Amino acid sequence: MYVLSAIVSLTLLGLFLGLLLGIAARYLKVESSPVVDELEALLPGSQCGQCGFPGCRPAAEALAEGNASATMCPPGGSALAEQIAALLGLDLDLSDVKEPELLVARVSEATCTGCTRCFKVCPTDAIVGAPKQIHAVVADACIACKKCVEVCPTECLQMHPIEVTLRNWRWAKPLNVSVQPMGTGSNAVC
Amino acid sequence: MLSLFKKPRFRGGVHAEEHKTATAALPIASNFPLPKKLYIPLQQHVGKPAEPVIKVGEKVLKGQLLAYSQGLISAPVHAPSSGIIVDVNDYPAPHPSALPIRTIVLETDGKDEWLETQVIDDPFQLNPEEISFRVGAAGIVGLGGATFPTAVKLNMGRENRVDTLIINGSECEPYLCCDDRLMQERAEQIIDGVRLMLHGMETENAVVAIEDNKPLAFVAMRAAAEPYAQVNVIQIPTRYPMGWDRQLIRYVTGKEVPVGCRSSEIGVTIHNVGTAYAVHKAIRYGQPLLSRIVTVAGGAVKRPMNVEVPFGTLISELFSFCEVSSDETARIIMGGPMMGDSLPHVALPTVKATSGILALTQSELKNTDEQPCIRCASCVSVCPAGLRPLDMANNIRINQLDAAVDLGLKDCISCGCCSYICPSNIPLVQYFKYASGEVMARQQAQHKSEQTKRLIDARNDRMERIARQQREEELARLAAKAERERLKAEQEALV
Amino acid sequence: MMLHMKPSSGAHVGANSSVSRIMGQVMLAISPATAFGLLCFGWPALNLFIITVLSAVVFEVLCLRLKGRVAKPVIMDGSAVLTGWLLAMTLPPWAPWWIGVVGSGLAIILGKHVYGGLGQNLFNPAMLARVALLISFPIEMTTWANVSPLFFSQSPGFIESWHITFSGLDTIDASTGATTLGFIKTEFSQNRLLSDILKDTSGFLNFIGGTRGSLGETSTLLLGLGGLWLIRQNIIQWQIPVSLLLTVALLAGVFHVMDSEHYISPMLHLNSGAMMCVAFFIATDYVTSPNTPTGQLLFGAGCGLLIFVIRTWGAYPEGAGFAVLLMNSATPLIDHYIRPRIYGRDRKGKPLEIPKS
Repeated sequence: MYVLSAIVSLTLLGLFLGLLLGIAARYLKVESSPVVDELEALLPGSQCGQCGFPGCRPAAEALAEGNASATMCPPGGSALAEQIAALLGLDLDLSDVKEPELLVARVSEATCTGCTRCFKVCPTDAIVGAPKQIHAVVADACIACKKCVEVCPTECLQMHPIEVTLRNWRWAKPLNVSVQPMGTGSNAVC
Repeated sequence: MLSLFKKPRFRGGVHAEEHKTATAALPIASNFPLPKKLYIPLQQHVGKPAEPVIKVGEKVLKGQLLAYSQGLISAPVHAPSSGIIVDVNDYPAPHPSALPIRTIVLETDGKDEWLETQVIDDPFQLNPEEISFRVGAAGIVGLGGATFPTAVKLNMGRENRVDTLIINGSECEPYLCCDDRLMQERAEQIIDGVRLMLHGMETENAVVAIEDNKPLAFVAMRAAAEPYAQVNVIQIPTRYPMGWDRQLIRYVTGKEVPVGCRSSEIGVTIHNVGTAYAVHKAIRYGQPLLSRIVTVAGGAVKRPMNVEVPFGTLISELFSFCEVSSDETARIIMGGPMMGDSLPHVALPTVKATSGILALTQSELKNTDEQPCIRCASCVSVCPAGLRPLDMANNIRINQLDAAVDLGLKDCISCGCCSYICPSNIPLVQYFKYASGEVMARQQAQHKSEQTKRLIDARNDRMERIARQQREEELARLAAKAERERLKAEQEALV
Repeated sequence: MMLHMKPSSGAHVGANSSVSRIMGQVMLAISPATAFGLLCFGWPALNLFIITVLSAVVFEVLCLRLKGRVAKPVIMDGSAVLTGWLLAMTLPPWAPWWIGVVGSGLAIILGKHVYGGLGQNLFNPAMLARVALLISFPIEMTTWANVSPLFFSQSPGFIESWHITFSGLDTIDASTGATTLGFIKTEFSQNRLLSDILKDTSGFLNFIGGTRGSLGETSTLLLGLGGLWLIRQNIIQWQIPVSLLLTVALLAGVFHVMDSEHYISPMLHLNSGAMMCVAFFIATDYVTSPNTPTGQLLFGAGCGLLIFVIRTWGAYPEGAGFAVLLMNSATPLIDHYIRPRIYGRDRKGKPLEIPKS
């Protein structure tokens, strides 16, 4: 008798909860989130192709399908990686991600012919100039997509690392030697 | 007056070994030889850098304006001695990175010839606005180390009608005793400066707070303040970081400055004793801020002392004067050992913020072998800001910067108490400085990506517009051509 | 003079403290009580003590090797020795050798290294091991040797002690008995009254430590003095011991006043079992206790409450181990909710309002 009542009550409980879940799934259904659009909105939209995808929209699609890592966008850096990870609910381990060296395009004034090809391709209008005049790069607007470098006929456009100045110098993260495994530490503790 | 002290509050803090005896008993050395070259950075203050008004090759007199302040929060720079400007260029800054900073190089002629200065007989006849104007023109900034332009602070005090001016004579950092000596030797001038500041802010009361490990300074200052009822000199307990402005305000007035507010908004303004002395010289004698007293101390210094040095003096010259043994020096620190930063070398100038230069030996330094955190919570109990450094550092270590910000990263004042006390030698303050920088960098990166997006949208719009125009033009051209051909055909038909 | 160093931030000077120094001071504080326990329980206790501490060190080395870390500097910090030491103090003094080894293994491997090593563990390793042993080996863990001081004629000699430690006790009934708390618990189940039960118990002996009990937990006096010294040395804070002892004393006092025949007095509570050891040395473990003063007060009070509840109504005569473990699991929660107030902000973290004058 006891066995029977236990079986019955548990079965009923299971049925009831199952029903509840079914109703919840129907009524609390989340509209399939336009995650691709959201991702695309996060990405810079410069279609620079540094991620290996033909543009930001394909990259967003790949991210949404899980075919790309959250850290794939070099211009976005770790800040963007964190936003993407937060949106997709991913665990992001930035400690393994090398912060890419930040670059900026610079015009060598000696060889610039003022051909205007570079500023026609610049996605952010970061290059200023006029025909037959030496062009210049607005460093704050440059996203290091290197499109200008590709089209420059005289190779006067080169990528340079962003210079460290007193304004952008930052304290380095302390190296936690004691937590490092044997062998990788710079100096053996023993 | 007693009601002020009903709620003396001090939270956390440490009592570090003081190391002040070697220098506190010696008078301020005035026989420092004038350096041949002075390297005067254009930014020695919080705010915008000053803009030079002199040209290379120009001859300048002592006290002459070299660079004017630009913008609301800035400070001018004056020639610390007479001589010739030999360069205006980038030179290493007195900063842990020693990265270049725009610097005026002055080759001194040894005459130390003053520009004609304006001596005022009764400065209390001047308008309060005039006082802060003159303080600003003299290039005076907070000499406690924050280097915030003093004139701006005086104006804020006047505009907010503050009721108390606190003069910070606590000098709570170990090793440093430049303020102590200044108070012992130039108490009357400091009190005069305090009264001038009161006048400039239209404030009634001043409290000079001196830690009780400086009894001689206290006696001297009290004697100097005796005739003036509005200046009250008090002793406060010796505990680091008593000199943190907000801590001192809480201790003296019982009021706490809300986060995101300036102290003047709760009716208090705080200045350093050195600043008061500089105000005295600027208002009474029209002398701009050209030099300061620097404590040179540490185990590697053979003749530790307080020296009055003109700004721009290279630390190397100061070190050779004080006979610093380079072999024993393990680390050079600008400022005190708690909050100061290390300097990579000594070819760097002294500036308005340089309260001390320390050459510490290895045995004086804190051990740097980092061990795992044992959660002893000493850092929690010593934190004067009420933070939990261990949890913040643990989050930063795994790059959870947002969590660290939630725990109060932005309320950290980098006082160094947590690093000082940590038995596991964890460089907590460096974790916080790293994280603050990183948070700032990410904000900038985000700002830039938003900016980029705007630029790209603008470009796309423009491209589209151009394409549309071209299309329309093309259509118009085609229509015109068709029209022409039709006309031509008609004409031909007519013919 | 060019030094070219990596930028380093303050504080450049430091307090004279280190992990090994802290561990050393704790060991110093518990050594009188330990020495007294060893004296009271003789050679077998010394064997057990040495075996437990040594095996704790061996397990620590093994774990570090497995992790690929250099073991020597970690051993030198003294944490493994202290864990083994504290565990040994809570074991029955004549327990067989394998109790010490298994206990150390549990403490170091399950209590500490599975969480990631020093500073990462949720539970106090020594208490975790003790409770696991108590549940797994109830007979061995509740066989309490009579007080048989070293060099007394009735006490086991050096050779005999090896026999006790390595092949067990032959004459269990003659040389063992119950602890005060255990005795009271069994007698209560016989419906005897407290005044009747306690007529042979000496409060003074309990205070000095000359009674049956765990190896190093018997002497209220020496443990209390050691604990007070630690507080004076600023190694531990007063909050946990005071709130723990006060809670037990208050609860026991209230119940004792209501019914003095069925609830033991506050004095006996404080004076028996693992109370002093737990209050000063176990509950105050840095890693597993909250890190704010208010949190510590709450933690101590929680421990005290649980100890009293388990001792009074639970199945075990002593509940200190369970109480500490339960409160350990609440530590992250306490730390999450009880935070110090940040300067210039209210308790919720909002900036203070500007006072209107």
